[in-house]
Amino acid sequence: MAAERGIWIGKQLFRMMVLLGAVTVAVFALLSVSPIDPLTANVGQTALGSMSPEQVEKLREYWGTDQPALSRFLAWAGDFIRGDMGTSLLYRRPVKEIIWERFLNSVWLMGSAWVLSGVIGFGLGILAGRKQGGVADRLVTGYCMLIASTPAFWIAMILLLIFAVHLQWLPIGLAVPIGVAAEQVTAADRISHMVLPAAALSLTGISNIAMHTRQKMAEVMESDYVLFARARGETERSIIWRHGIRNVALPALTLQFASISEIFGGSVLVEQVFSYPGLGQTAVTAGLGSDVPLLMGVTVITAAIVFGGNAVANILYGLVDPRMKNRRKKS
Amino acid sequence: MGEYLLEVKGLSVSFCQYEKGWKRSRIQVIRELTVSVRTGEMVAVVGASGSGKSLLAHGIMGVLPYNASVSGEIRYQGEILTEKKIRQLRGKEIVLVPQSVSYLDPLMKVGKQVENGKKGRTGQCREALGRYGLGPETEQLYPFQLSGGMTRRVLISTAVIEKPKLVIADEPTPGLHLEAARRVLGHFREMADEGAGVLLITHDLELALQTADRVVVLYGGMTVEEADREAFQQEETLFHPYSRALYRAMPEHGFSFVPGSQPYVKEMPEGCPYQTRCREVKESCRKFVPLRKTERGSVRCVLWGGEESR
Repeated sequence: MAAERGIWIGKQLFRMMVLLGAVTVAVFALLSVSPIDPLTANVGQTALGSMSPEQVEKLREYWGTDQPALSRFLAWAGDFIRGDMGTSLLYRRPVKEIIWERFLNSVWLMGSAWVLSGVIGFGLGILAGRKQGGVADRLVTGYCMLIASTPAFWIAMILLLIFAVHLQWLPIGLAVPIGVAAEQVTAADRISHMVLPAAALSLTGISNIAMHTRQKMAEVMESDYVLFARARGETERSIIWRHGIRNVALPALTLQFASISEIFGGSVLVEQVFSYPGLGQTAVTAGLGSDVPLLMGVTVITAAIVFGGNAVANILYGLVDPRMKNRRKKS
Repeated sequence: MGEYLLEVKGLSVSFCQYEKGWKRSRIQVIRELTVSVRTGEMVAVVGASGSGKSLLAHGIMGVLPYNASVSGEIRYQGEILTEKKIRQLRGKEIVLVPQSVSYLDPLMKVGKQVENGKKGRTGQCREALGRYGLGPETEQLYPFQLSGGMTRRVLISTAVIEKPKLVIADEPTPGLHLEAARRVLGHFREMADEGAGVLLITHDLELALQTADRVVVLYGGMTVEEADREAFQQEETLFHPYSRALYRAMPEHGFSFVPGSQPYVKEMPEGCPYQTRCREVKESCRKFVPLRKTERGSVRCVLWGGEESR
């Protein structure tokens, strides 16, 4: 049993390595064909224009942009494996530091959006799937359809318009108030800055979870075992608690962990709208500024987290579902 | 007769269906189904697949889907079995024994399912399972870990734990080898001998004849004949051509078959559903044929009631 588990963990780790390797190669390849020249983007068109060709050549050499893409990639990869993520071109600081800082900002935002959308989505899905075609189902389905066809950044902008501009209940952007020393920023400040982006993210995240839960719940309610439960005199309420939630919880939980990627994807847009200095916004800035080390760093971390989410989903399924547990034992 | 425990008279079940977008149509799956069960009696309802057998069970239990509509009369202990009444009685006095493992919650242990969420029934659960040779270790199993025969015994245990007065067994034998199927039917016979009424729904006439007191033959969702077990010992005591065909189809009676198949519910003809295959079909078969008493039960056939019409 222990050896089996070890092999399984080893396999997962190997898969993650392959995935991360492939992702870094892809990102690097895309960046090297990107029309944005890191020199122009960072030094500036005018500054570059006023330099002599020799000076530009020197700068090129210093930045290493004259080297072929492959050797640049190998140099980056070699450093990365040794734990050095390089220095950001834009911020002139170690990439590791920047990512850690942005990650801390993002983790609360995405985490709360993730939990909220999961819990609310699950609840709405159960409510809707309990009786297909009922009032609750129509309302929830309508909401989900509407939200699913609305881009996250648009919702973010609408929230911003209503709550920050018109009502002025919440700050308009950023993670902390402007003009306040870092030591004086309170937790309340941070939370109030997080509310709108988290709301925008979870509002869009709900629809996916809710629709999947609804579908599964509807299947359960039409299943033979629910029919039998009814024939045995169980009340609707008991059926939902004893059979419905029991059978829906597992797929919902798996979906919830697999949906981390969507939260990440959404956060890129939402953080942009709120100028929230998180990982998503960093990725955009790094991409537009052709900041290769920073973008590579963000990509690797993001991919690792998403992979981790999917792996957790797999593990949970194996641990909780008795059918899976037994299958593993047998094989 | 007032001594019936369950009396189903002229039951019809139809479904509302949308076809080609907006057109709504009604599909009549069961019509003019009549069957009755006395206390301590085991009655088998025999019919081919698609003759609406399971719907009879679901109709009595009040668990038909929302788009089904029911007409006719169901009486329990002489009183009309209303929706409110069946809600109170089902799972207590009236129990259903479903056909397969899919009727058990795949994520709940067997013990909990037999107890049906009522506390303090561990002893009764163990007793019920033990009655069918299933030890306490069965309680800890999940449905997917049960064999076909164990599943049936678990499903039967869910019935006996309630000490029911009426048991409705929906196809309890498919997938079992002959010996196991016989044993399962034996369990139902036992319940009848202990004083419960048993309605056995099956497609297996041969097995039904070995255990049931009376047999009701369904064709196209309609009762065509009802007779006691002895009537099925020879062709002459059966009256409906379909029952006779069933008799002749049994291996020991020649294994012969009548060409054709049961008409699809949407193409069901008016009158006797067997008219498309019957060799003695008359003009009057195309109109409604009433169920009439015979000396051994009842039959729905225009040929009954005088040799001259044969």
